[in-house]
Amino acid sequence: MYSKILVLQFPSGEVKKPVVCYLTKYYDLSFNILKATIFPRKEGIMVLELSGSKKNFKNGVQYLKNQGVVVKNASQEVTRDNSKCIHCGACTAVCPTGALSIKRPEMWVAFDQKKCSVCELCVRACPTRAMKIQPSSETFFE
Amino acid sequence: MAGYRVNKTYAEINEKIRSGQVVVATAEEIIDIVDEKGAEEAARTVDVVTTGTFSPMCSSGAFFNFKQSVPAIKASNVWFNNVPAYGALAAVDCFLGATEPCEEDPLNKVWPGEFNYGGGHVIQDLVAGRTVHMRATGYGTSCYPKREEEREISIDDLPQAILCNPRNGYQNYNCAINLTNKTIYTYLGTLKPKGGNANYSTAGQLSPLFNDPYYKTIGLGTRIFLGGGIGYVTWHGTQHKPTAQRSKNGIPMSPAGTMWVMGDLKQMSPDWLVGISMQGYGVSLAVGLGVPIPILNEEIVRYTAVADEDIHCQVVDYGNDYPNGVDRNYGYVSYAALKSGMIHVNGKEVPTVPVSSVVKAREIAMRLKKWIENGEFFIGEPQFTLPVS
Repeated sequence: MYSKILVLQFPSGEVKKPVVCYLTKYYDLSFNILKATIFPRKEGIMVLELSGSKKNFKNGVQYLKNQGVVVKNASQEVTRDNSKCIHCGACTAVCPTGALSIKRPEMWVAFDQKKCSVCELCVRACPTRAMKIQPSSETFFE
Repeated sequence: MAGYRVNKTYAEINEKIRSGQVVVATAEEIIDIVDEKGAEEAARTVDVVTTGTFSPMCSSGAFFNFKQSVPAIKASNVWFNNVPAYGALAAVDCFLGATEPCEEDPLNKVWPGEFNYGGGHVIQDLVAGRTVHMRATGYGTSCYPKREEEREISIDDLPQAILCNPRNGYQNYNCAINLTNKTIYTYLGTLKPKGGNANYSTAGQLSPLFNDPYYKTIGLGTRIFLGGGIGYVTWHGTQHKPTAQRSKNGIPMSPAGTMWVMGDLKQMSPDWLVGISMQGYGVSLAVGLGVPIPILNEEIVRYTAVADEDIHCQVVDYGNDYPNGVDRNYGYVSYAALKSGMIHVNGKEVPTVPVSSVVKAREIAMRLKKWIENGEFFIGEPQFTLPVS
């Protein structure tokens, strides 16, 4: 199962086509629309979470692109400001996936972003506010 | 002194620092040295052992004098970046406490509160060279007619800025667990329900007062690493309790000795004084502190060779017992066990979480060692040592 939050930008001519529906029909993908807006000049923007097998996901996104839809990644990630981290270890109390862990015997705090589920618990648990949440690629309205 | 085979004085050690012949070891390095050479030989070889700790230390703050304005003001109420300071001193003197939250902070109204800015952050901003907004009000007198004053100030604008921490470097502290059914937010961090994690806060074998458990070399005038600069121990800290029960090696089993420390904030650094936000609890200041232990004889070097295995602390329930003053613990655990990542409480495995930075503590001990080796830092002989009873 592969899942990602995407931002779709529809050029003005394309908003009339039910392209998102075809993602399910032809590519066996499920979607959850998080936001959908049509602007005054008829171009549209939609934020959705798209889930399915990785292969279908890839083909589905390619289909969208072929229809003239601009597809951007909207997912977020947690990053660490290493200049702020004091390696105390308080974050390891709340991290559910072990992305934040203590390296022994030196006792420094390692952050493995691959293991991070972006639950954001560490953002407020960090005493020096070293953990930040941010868009993983381009910003939303770029 | 009778009874010791090795006898060194403060003057002799300082002379060695001056001539560049001093031998310094950190509190971690000395463990193996004493193990290999024995205490007597180690005491002959090594002159100073450096310690370090870096932790949130709530009983911290700073005195400021912010210069008179024209016309003059008797500043009764003072704020820095909207964080209130205590102004009931002379006209333009005040004290800013590390745990004072910013005014209009929602505190714990939306639980657990975030506490993003407070006294500790103001102190860090000032030592980082950043400008803070100062506001003061007074009721007006013949000699101090002005009633309100606002200024942007940096640390260079302040004639005096003195870090003054009434209680730092606690000798041993509780290991906290939460045996209730709900997550709680404490000054020792987040504690998950039903003993989900055990939090602790000291540097163990690197921590200053574990290396001189009977305060034989620490007292008024002991020169220390404080906040990246040089400070002094000026008194025993508040809640100093030397009578706590001790194990055979002299290490207290519960919170015991503390130090009152002071230093010129102007020569300190934002790397070693860091504003802290403890979710659901409040703001504080993480303080970097390092005390050099002069090896006057073989007894003192034996104390400095204490290792994490030899240091034990009590496990206390912060869900019910601590807030209600119930004097109970759930056994004792060694710092070696705490640092291993897992302890046993009530027969159950509990993952441990440190709140004190061992990485930074080690760096402090290393820096202090370098300062002494380079002849930049001399050992301060105390006028009297901290009380032991």
